Amino acid sequence: MLQELSRRQFMKAAGAGLGGSAVAALGFGGAEEALAQAVRPFKLTGTTETRNTCPYCSVACGVIMYSLGDKSKNAHQAIVHIEGDPDHPTNRGTLCPKGSALLDFIHSETRTTTPQYRGPGEKAFRPIGWNEALDRIARLMKDDRDKNFIRTNQDGVTVNRWLTTGFLAASATTNETAFLTYKVVRSSGILAFDNQARV
Amino acid sequence: MTNSWTDIKNTDLVIIMGGNAAEAHPCGFKWVTEAKAQRGAKLIVVDPRFTRSASVADYYAPIRQGTDIAFLLGAIKYCIDNDKIQHDYVRAFTNAPYIVKEGFGYQDGLFTGYDEAKRDYDRSSWEYELGPDGYVQVDETLQHPRCVYQLLRKHVSAYTPEMVERICGTPKDKYLTVCKMIAETSARDKVMTSMYALGWTQHSKGSQNIRSMAMLQLLLGNIGLRGGGMNALRGHSNIQGLTDIGLMSNLIPGYLTLPTDKEVDFPTYMSTRGFKPLRPNQMSYWQNYRKFMVSFLKSMWGPAATAENDFAYQWLPKLDVPGYDMLRTFDMMHQGKVNGYFCQGFNPLLSLSNRGKVSQALSKLKFLVVMDPLQTETARFWKDEGVHNDVKPEDIQTEVFELPTTCFAEDEGSLVNSGRWLQWHWPGAEPPGEAKTDTWIMAQLFQRLRALYIKEGGAFPDPIVNLHWPYRVADDPQPDEMAREMNGYVVSTVTDPADPTKVLLEKGKQLDTFGQLRDDGSTACGCWIYSGCWTEKGNMMARRDTSDPANTGAYANWAFSWPANRRILYNRASADIDGKAWDPRRKLIEWNGTAWTGYDVPDIAPAAKPRDVGPFIMNPEGTARLFVRGMMKDGPFPAHYEPFESPVANVLAPKIRGNPAARIFKDDLAALGTSDKFPYAATSYRLTEHFHYWTKHVWVNAVLQPEFFVEISEQLAQEKTIQNGGWVKVSSNRGTVYAKAVVTKRIKPLICDGKTVHVVGIPLHWGFTGAARKGFGPNSLTPFVGDANIETPEFKAFLVNVEPSNGPATS
Repeated sequence: MLQELSRRQFMKAAGAGLGGSAVAALGFGGAEEALAQAVRPFKLTGTTETRNTCPYCSVACGVIMYSLGDKSKNAHQAIVHIEGDPDHPTNRGTLCPKGSALLDFIHSETRTTTPQYRGPGEKAFRPIGWNEALDRIARLMKDDRDKNFIRTNQDGVTVNRWLTTGFLAASATTNETAFLTYKVVRSSGILAFDNQARV
Repeated sequence: MTNSWTDIKNTDLVIIMGGNAAEAHPCGFKWVTEAKAQRGAKLIVVDPRFTRSASVADYYAPIRQGTDIAFLLGAIKYCIDNDKIQHDYVRAFTNAPYIVKEGFGYQDGLFTGYDEAKRDYDRSSWEYELGPDGYVQVDETLQHPRCVYQLLRKHVSAYTPEMVERICGTPKDKYLTVCKMIAETSARDKVMTSMYALGWTQHSKGSQNIRSMAMLQLLLGNIGLRGGGMNALRGHSNIQGLTDIGLMSNLIPGYLTLPTDKEVDFPTYMSTRGFKPLRPNQMSYWQNYRKFMVSFLKSMWGPAATAENDFAYQWLPKLDVPGYDMLRTFDMMHQGKVNGYFCQGFNPLLSLSNRGKVSQALSKLKFLVVMDPLQTETARFWKDEGVHNDVKPEDIQTEVFELPTTCFAEDEGSLVNSGRWLQWHWPGAEPPGEAKTDTWIMAQLFQRLRALYIKEGGAFPDPIVNLHWPYRVADDPQPDEMAREMNGYVVSTVTDPADPTKVLLEKGKQLDTFGQLRDDGSTACGCWIYSGCWTEKGNMMARRDTSDPANTGAYANWAFSWPANRRILYNRASADIDGKAWDPRRKLIEWNGTAWTGYDVPDIAPAAKPRDVGPFIMNPEGTARLFVRGMMKDGPFPAHYEPFESPVANVLAPKIRGNPAARIFKDDLAALGTSDKFPYAATSYRLTEHFHYWTKHVWVNAVLQPEFFVEISEQLAQEKTIQNGGWVKVSSNRGTVYAKAVVTKRIKPLICDGKTVHVVGIPLHWGFTGAARKGFGPNSLTPFVGDANIETPEFKAFLVNVEPSNGPATS
């Protein structure tokens, strides 16, 4: 449907264009206006540009994300296009087969959108509220830590180890996420702590 | 990377070995293309597969996976034998002239001090001979039989071109061509860059693979120069940052280390971190360790970290083993010793070795929390997916939480690229559905945990209830706040001791550089190497100045490069002993008689006199180490060891299996296969259309490469009557996968020690969630053993059998 419509519009515009120059030369200026109205506006006109970097590999190519909405409070943003940042010294506007398809990553059908819970022995996830999930996790953490925390070793040296819970951090999160994560995990005494650099 | 992506344009020779930049890092590889087009640079690719990097190379040489050390030590031997050494550089900037203690030796594949039962060395003999002045003894002529240079010459003597061919399967003529091309860069005006990735790290001797090339680069005088260096092409977009910030079992941000049980108090901890210079006048920059450490502790525990309590040193956990790395942790989990586990954007069911063991281990957890923008396999490890995840949910008692998070497009903050650039990015959309940022989730969890400890008490609550939490909204800290913490700030005003009216550092201000850090608690700094990223001038990581004076490729005012906005590490070594550029066309910094100046931030004190102070300022020697003393577990020099699963015996030391100093747990040793049952040498790799296990969720990429396959040679296909596009069954001693066969000319059999070795390529992008077809990955097959030093699993070299099959449904 969309394709058909745009083709028809294109034919109309092209037809107008063909005659346009000759007609305009004869003083029929209205034809140009008709042409301008028939041409679909450039799709990125009116979008908001945001600078980002590609989340995949460590080349960290600059990207520009184009969103609907002007960042005002009531306007919901939706990213409609992503392309390489031509000002970026490393990638100079280019993107690879992965980076070129970033839009489909953001809008992937298999993104997580709601907290889910699976109980012991259960065969499926079910939705759970954020508060309920976080309360439950904090409870599980505290009970496990209280039960298994090692305050001192056999020689009486303070060691503060919590070995029965571990944490894997993500190598695609920001430094700022990483530092906050570090503070929370280390202060608890967790030592089974790694990121993708390990593998 | 010691250098940056944009600096690669300055090179004369690129060697891609242990990586495949054209496919895995395509937009970085453009700088190789640029060097070739603009400078006439050459590209060498050494790889078991004829990759797309190889297809545009000037020279390609095949190699059997897991034999890179033999190849590189042979290249060192070639350079020494043919006098292709940058002698002035080596004499002045490396430890080649240093004398090693009597008693050090190497025989039958082992260095002195080996304990077979412990699979470990007593490293006390791997040390310099010190003089009465406390400094290491040197012989500038390099003739002393126990000087590093002579020991190295002796160590590499076994790696003749004939031996390299026997071990690596690289035909001698091809090998010598590569050696000749490499050796030419020993000239002062010729530079080579090494580009490597997981093809070098994922081995039981991965660290020594990289050391081998670093040593070669030092002998050629290629470290510290434009277009040179050791350039690790990191995998994920912020794997560099997460490592810098110390999210690893044994680390503290900025490459400080956690205490061990032996370091009972702060003075004991510091006593082994004095970093007394080993040669006169050296900077030995780690002498500032205490400043970094105290400032870190202040950022962790704020006012609760005081001089009286050693800045809360005792609140840190201590290690009783080298580290609770992933392999150790999953082994403990497998034994039922771990109850809770968090995966923040990590999919271990597909990314850790021996999936069968990983699956069983996860099944023994009481609870698993997964935070991810995508529906991962790990979050569904309990789900019956038939042959693709053959488990019984009713038998798995683990509680599982899947928490939706933002992806890059909805999040703000900085990432560190492979070239150490910290680049800031901004969100362009709101999170989908109920998804939240990772920072919100971590803050929410922490606030709840802290509230429980305040209310109920419990096991040693002090480090939790006193954690410094100076955020505007405690439930939702913002990226700028953490960035400022990592940069560092002044806790209490510091005045000039000579003139108390003069304020040196004003309370509450952001620091300009780690040079201002103090060890008395008056400064706080979350990650010292990032200091300078968010100063009183603002966010240096958000800078977008594209100017590049003299086209050096430095882009000094684009974003921020750690440390101190330095773009090329060890850049003092780009100049000769008197401070003049080795190659005037490659001038980086030079000594002008009173100071170091040039195109980059000098990697040395600005007024350090050239002949006095060496360029490798982090080392107590002031020089780079060809002989690494006792700092690596498996030897002061690299040595060739076969992978734990190898099609051939170690021809240099037939009794040794794998890396003799690598840890392997008993069950995992028993689970190793042998070449009689599993005759083919397998390796894992990535495709240019996919990124790990993410892009199978992306429609376009799932269409481009929809289905799991394995790649085999025409010869092997013929031998086993396997059709191109037909099903095959690939098995190791730990598991089986089914795949479509891609029969290719890109892989050819190698002849190693007289035996034909078939290589099997196994890409790693499929699972049972996402838009692509369900499939398997190499981790269903790979062994559960890691590198001796850092425990990165041996994914790149293992044994399999391949048979024709009817596919998973009917097999």
